[in-house]
Amino acid sequence: MNPENYIILAGVLFTIGSIGVLVRRNAIVVFMSIELMLNAANLAFVSFARINGNLDGQIVAFFVMVVAAAEVVVGLAIIVTVFRSRRSASIDEPNLLKY
Amino acid sequence: MVTESAVTAAASVAPTLEPLNAATGIFAWIWLLIALPLAGAVVLLTTGRWTNRFGHLIGVATVVISAALAIAMLVEMMGRSAEDRAFEQTLYSWVFAGQFTVDVAFQLDQLSIVFVLLITIVGSLIHIYSIGYMAEDPDRRRFFGFLNLFVAAMLLLVLADNFLLLYVGWEGVGLASFLLIGFWQYKPSAAAAAKKAFVINRVGDVGLSLAIMLMFVTFGSVTFESVFSSAGEASDSTLTWIGLLLLLAAAGKSAQFPLQAWLLDAMEGPTPVSALIHAATMVTAGVYLIVRSNAIYDRTVFAATTVLVIGVITMIIGAIIGSAKDDIKKALAGSTMSQIGYMVLAAGLGPVGYVFAIFHLLTHGVFKANLFLSAGSVMHAMNNGVDMRRFGALRTVMLITFGAFTFGYLAIMGIPPFSGFYSKDKIIHAAFEQNTIAGIAAVLAAGITGFYMTRMFTMTFLGKARWDDEAHPHESPPVMTIPLIVLGLGSLGLGAALVYWGDIVSWLTPVTGYESKPIAIPTTVLELITLAIVLIGVAIAVLIYARSVPIEPPQKVSVLTIAARNNLYDDATNDIVAVRPTWYAARFLVWFDNRVVDGAVNASAAFVGGASGRLRRIQNGFTRSYALVMVIGVIVVLGALALVGLS
Repeated sequence: MNPENYIILAGVLFTIGSIGVLVRRNAIVVFMSIELMLNAANLAFVSFARINGNLDGQIVAFFVMVVAAAEVVVGLAIIVTVFRSRRSASIDEPNLLKY
Repeated sequence: MVTESAVTAAASVAPTLEPLNAATGIFAWIWLLIALPLAGAVVLLTTGRWTNRFGHLIGVATVVISAALAIAMLVEMMGRSAEDRAFEQTLYSWVFAGQFTVDVAFQLDQLSIVFVLLITIVGSLIHIYSIGYMAEDPDRRRFFGFLNLFVAAMLLLVLADNFLLLYVGWEGVGLASFLLIGFWQYKPSAAAAAKKAFVINRVGDVGLSLAIMLMFVTFGSVTFESVFSSAGEASDSTLTWIGLLLLLAAAGKSAQFPLQAWLLDAMEGPTPVSALIHAATMVTAGVYLIVRSNAIYDRTVFAATTVLVIGVITMIIGAIIGSAKDDIKKALAGSTMSQIGYMVLAAGLGPVGYVFAIFHLLTHGVFKANLFLSAGSVMHAMNNGVDMRRFGALRTVMLITFGAFTFGYLAIMGIPPFSGFYSKDKIIHAAFEQNTIAGIAAVLAAGITGFYMTRMFTMTFLGKARWDDEAHPHESPPVMTIPLIVLGLGSLGLGAALVYWGDIVSWLTPVTGYESKPIAIPTTVLELITLAIVLIGVAIAVLIYARSVPIEPPQKVSVLTIAARNNLYDDATNDIVAVRPTWYAARFLVWFDNRVVDGAVNASAAFVGGASGRLRRIQNGFTRSYALVMVIGVIVVLGALALVGLS
């Protein structure tokens, strides 16, 4: 079993996630893509920990998971609030903060 | 006819630069000569209405006392030997800036004393005359204040012992001239004439300041003693430049070509002003400057020749202009321009002519003041009219004025034994000694002088009366006629007195040097030829003007007459040469400032505004576009890191 393959998988997952952020219109799907990117980062950390033979990467993965959870809470609260006033979950819809 | 003076033909005497005596005895009062008129001016100009009733007496008193003091100093000087006649009095140290030190100090020598006498004596007579002339003017006290200011400044000019103090006096007389020409400042023509005189003078003053700067740089000091004693050590080009710059200053002050345009307009001032300032004294300051600086002009042929050329040109054009003017004062102003041209010509001849320039300056001061004051008397009688075409036959009503004017007329034409004969013929003789062309021009100008003076004389005093209906001409009061009589006697006798009784040549030689060369024809023949040409001028004028003078100036005249009526287009020339280019340059600079300088500033502001207007469209409010920008940024940073890491 080759830990380097997991690095490549993490990179692929990250790319898919970032494309999802850029391409999808639904705010929930964008968040899911962000979660995908965060998990890809976690995978990369754990794989590197395995390659280097210590547990530093796994500890950082814990940190990432906590941060991701907090961020989701806040983000979903914002989306729900926006949905309540605008009746739409598209992220293109609120574009008033412009020139 | 005229015996040669003590110095025989083909002799040459250099000026002696003996050390100056300290001023003791009567000469300790040199400063008082200037202080009295200055105090008079201060009193009269600051006390206002309180001195209105007797202010003119204060004004006259200061100048008369200065005159008496000057005569006493002359008597004392005459008692001493020729090497012992120069005195120096230092008042205080004025400028002390490192190596540049200038003191307020006076130098009284043979040259300055003759000027002091001219200024104070002729000045006193004109002050007395002004009591009567300005009797109805409510500003008479102010007039005397300005006149005293002028006398003080002029005395400072001739008594200064260094060029910087001379410059103070120079500026002072320019100021006094401005104040007096524009005395009736409610007349727009007078105000404009005063401004014109001042501005043109200023152009000449640039020459004097540059010359002073050049002297300081070359000699380290600006006193006459140090400059003239070390003049031999300076380079030729420096001396030439100093000479030309001093000539520029003299041309401005003495109304010589090309700065002569102001003199005719200066006749807007009251007649005593024209007599004192623009005939006898201020306009002669330029000649004083040149003759005083003879040490410089002796060493630079180019500058001396330029002085000569300027003198010749002005002598001719002044005579031509004076021949076509119907205004009696303007005709006399043209005459003044021409006679000063004679003096400048003589000064430009070098040692052969310096003494005679001053000699003519003295006789001219007296007879020109005489002529102007007589003209003033005529104007007084004719209700301040100046148009000679409206005069005529005034000999029948104003005998004393007629007599005085006749003496002045004969003097200026150089008819023996009047004063002008001695001084003018000496200049013509000296001109032939040095430069035949100048001599021929001088004789020619004498002929034109004969013409225009006879024209003036005939139109004013002879012929039939062409008076206005309101004119009731009468003789002037004694306060005006007595100075006329004194000046008339001076016009008769001063020339002979300065040749036979007190020889002016030997008096001035220690200061200016003297040289005498033989000429091709005998002196008496030259004098007869000159007299003949003058009489031809007289005859032509008599033929044209004796019988009848049209009241309206004839329109069908020669081109030269039309040009002379327009002052030989000097205003137009000044306009084209100086006024227009300056105006265009100013307009160009304004355009440049508005379009280019402001344009650059405005353009940079517009650029920033335009750029920001375009750049802010990046903030379009779409979250996904912001996310895209972040992704691109990350890729760029990673790429850069990869490149750095690889290298």
